[in-house]
Amino acid sequence: MSIRTFKGGVHLAGYKEGTQGLPIVEAKVPGIVYLPVSQHLGAPCEPIVQVGDEVKKGQKIAEGKGFVTAPIHASVSGKVIAIEKRPHPGGNFVNCIVIENDFKEEWADTVKPHPNPEELSPDDIRKIIFEAGIVGMGGATFPSHVKLAPVEGKKADYIILNGVECEPYITADHRLMLEKPERIIAGLKYILKSTACKKGIIAIEENKPDAIALFKKLVVKEKGIRVQALREKYPQGSEKQLIYACTKREVPVGGLPIDAGVIVHNVGTAAAIADAVELGIPLIQRVLTLSGDGIQKPANYLVRLGTLFSALIEESGGYQGEPEKIIAGGLMMGKTVFTADVPVIKGSSGIVVLKKKTASKAREYNCVRCAKCIDACPLFLEPTTIAKLVKRNLFKEAEQMNAFSCIECGSCQYSCPARIPLVQYLRRAKQEIVAMKAKAKSDGGKK
Amino acid sequence: MIYAIICLAALGAIFGIVLGIADKKFKVEADPRIEEIVNVLPGANCGSCGFPGCSGYAEAIVAGNAPLNACTPGKDEVRQKIAAIMGEEAGEAQEAKVAQLMCNGGKDRAVLQYEYEGVDDCHVAATMFKSPKACGYGCIGLGSCVKVCPFGAIKMGADQLPEVDYNLCTGCGVCVEHCPQHVLKLVGVSKLVHVRCSNKEKGKDAKAVCEVACIKCKLCEKNCPEGAIAVVGDAGNSIAVIDYDKCTSCGICVTKCPTNALEIILPINAAQKMEQPVNPNAPHACQKCGLCQ
Repeated sequence: MSIRTFKGGVHLAGYKEGTQGLPIVEAKVPGIVYLPVSQHLGAPCEPIVQVGDEVKKGQKIAEGKGFVTAPIHASVSGKVIAIEKRPHPGGNFVNCIVIENDFKEEWADTVKPHPNPEELSPDDIRKIIFEAGIVGMGGATFPSHVKLAPVEGKKADYIILNGVECEPYITADHRLMLEKPERIIAGLKYILKSTACKKGIIAIEENKPDAIALFKKLVVKEKGIRVQALREKYPQGSEKQLIYACTKREVPVGGLPIDAGVIVHNVGTAAAIADAVELGIPLIQRVLTLSGDGIQKPANYLVRLGTLFSALIEESGGYQGEPEKIIAGGLMMGKTVFTADVPVIKGSSGIVVLKKKTASKAREYNCVRCAKCIDACPLFLEPTTIAKLVKRNLFKEAEQMNAFSCIECGSCQYSCPARIPLVQYLRRAKQEIVAMKAKAKSDGGKK
Repeated sequence: MIYAIICLAALGAIFGIVLGIADKKFKVEADPRIEEIVNVLPGANCGSCGFPGCSGYAEAIVAGNAPLNACTPGKDEVRQKIAAIMGEEAGEAQEAKVAQLMCNGGKDRAVLQYEYEGVDDCHVAATMFKSPKACGYGCIGLGSCVKVCPFGAIKMGADQLPEVDYNLCTGCGVCVEHCPQHVLKLVGVSKLVHVRCSNKEKGKDAKAVCEVACIKCKLCEKNCPEGAIAVVGDAGNSIAVIDYDKCTSCGICVTKCPTNALEIILPINAAQKMEQPVNPNAPHACQKCGLCQ
């Protein structure tokens, strides 16, 4: 199979050498975990435990209303000591359930291995995935059961497992693919079964030749599953770009991957699904890369959800030099947090700490109309035009320019010679478009 | 040559006749009052009347769909003129309003939680942990209101808080709508005492993030002779609020406030008014406290 890719995008330096050779190590289980009630896209959960309650590992402690939500489970056994607002890596203050660890590591009664997972029906698998609180672990944290739910009139004929990991510094998925390939393939098989889909693709960028070789060897005996090597380019890990790269299909504007007959899951999600279906373990830990030039010993950690960034940084030997920025997530799409005392959540694929020298402060110059952002945009938008509209508060016009399709990948900003923070302008446009839609909806409701 | 001249002359004559007929036949009767009203309106197209621009408002008035006093920037003068054009009673004059900032947490007073770099837009900064300032309620100070003001009435002060020029502010409310923190309010121009804090946290938490925060001590409430100021809301979600209908701008609460969250704000153009007492009609007029100096 030839090596494929998508249109647009940028070539980034990988900075993966520091951690891609390091095996995943289990991080120290912290004495106190902080579990935000919102770790997924959709309605936040409501705590179902109270301060003072004893909880066990894997016990459900918060659940939400509606369909697009995912419950949250205790990642340690112990006592709930507080429910309070704390900084969240998403850039907000969110209610957190604070659990003091008693280090007994007792599992809840609900966590037990399934006797024969082969016999589960598609509905059962989806129910298990929902109950286990599994969300997209690449960073978008979209609840996985929603993606798998059947949509009337649409059928997926490809499941793509996303092992692209195009963000600089992050190597968590790479290590997971090398160390637990059989869990990933098992997870893919459950996903295929739950959607009655026949073909599975494991997409890996060619900067991970060891993972490609390993999976090619393993899928020989699996029917309908193949490995797709992809050219190294950013943002290939984005759903729409990945679908185009693998299948040459385009997702319509405002549509979902299912409209193109494809469902995309992260490799980490597949491994979590295998654990949930076979062993009954809910999502309480994840693999995460701690890297950047501001950290003493970069590492790949298997970490309990709710561990503070500061605890991991301490475990890695602390900062190297004076840290300027701590980024939750990857360099391109992650959000800078102002304190290291934010917890690891379901979508935290990495933490990047940058030294003062590396994180350059850029002054915004005037647009030179070079159109590099337009070439780089993988969604074929005109970032510079939209930014100009936003500067004039012309959000209706920005909406007509399809500003809402922006995936905030940052390719435009990366290629801009005038250093215009285009992503921030596009985010502002999206924020205002959401507000406009909400207003139109409430006005319509009144009439 | 001669043919060309004849042809063009003939064509010109035919088009002229057709246009002349069309002008008479398809004439649209525009109410002349619309244009007259447009001429007296300020022409800023600020939208505070709720109609699309000044001409939209003028059409709505003539069609009888809009009240005469909807143009806030135009104040009483424009209202009188419109009334004269429409031949209606002008009605009673309303007090002009100006935008007031309900935050005093300037550069050296409010504690920063992080250093913001990026687009100079308060809305963008507000998505990052509420605000670069540790107080999530106060003014962000990146000047979105300055950019959005259609009358150029707001400028950034030395302490990185917006200052409203009362001469230019028309009370259109565009900045009030635009502010992501909702710290701007429209208040009658004669009102001089304002609670310059919006932090609703408990006193201790509020004081920890800003030295001029309202600490909910209720001293203003206890000392107000008119019962015009009260700390409203539950613990952890309360703030001192002035009932401007009752407030006489006497300034007693300002002298009592331990954190200077309450402040007498004098108009920027108030130099000539300074010689007079704050509000000669108020029963508890100027206390000679010297705060205004």
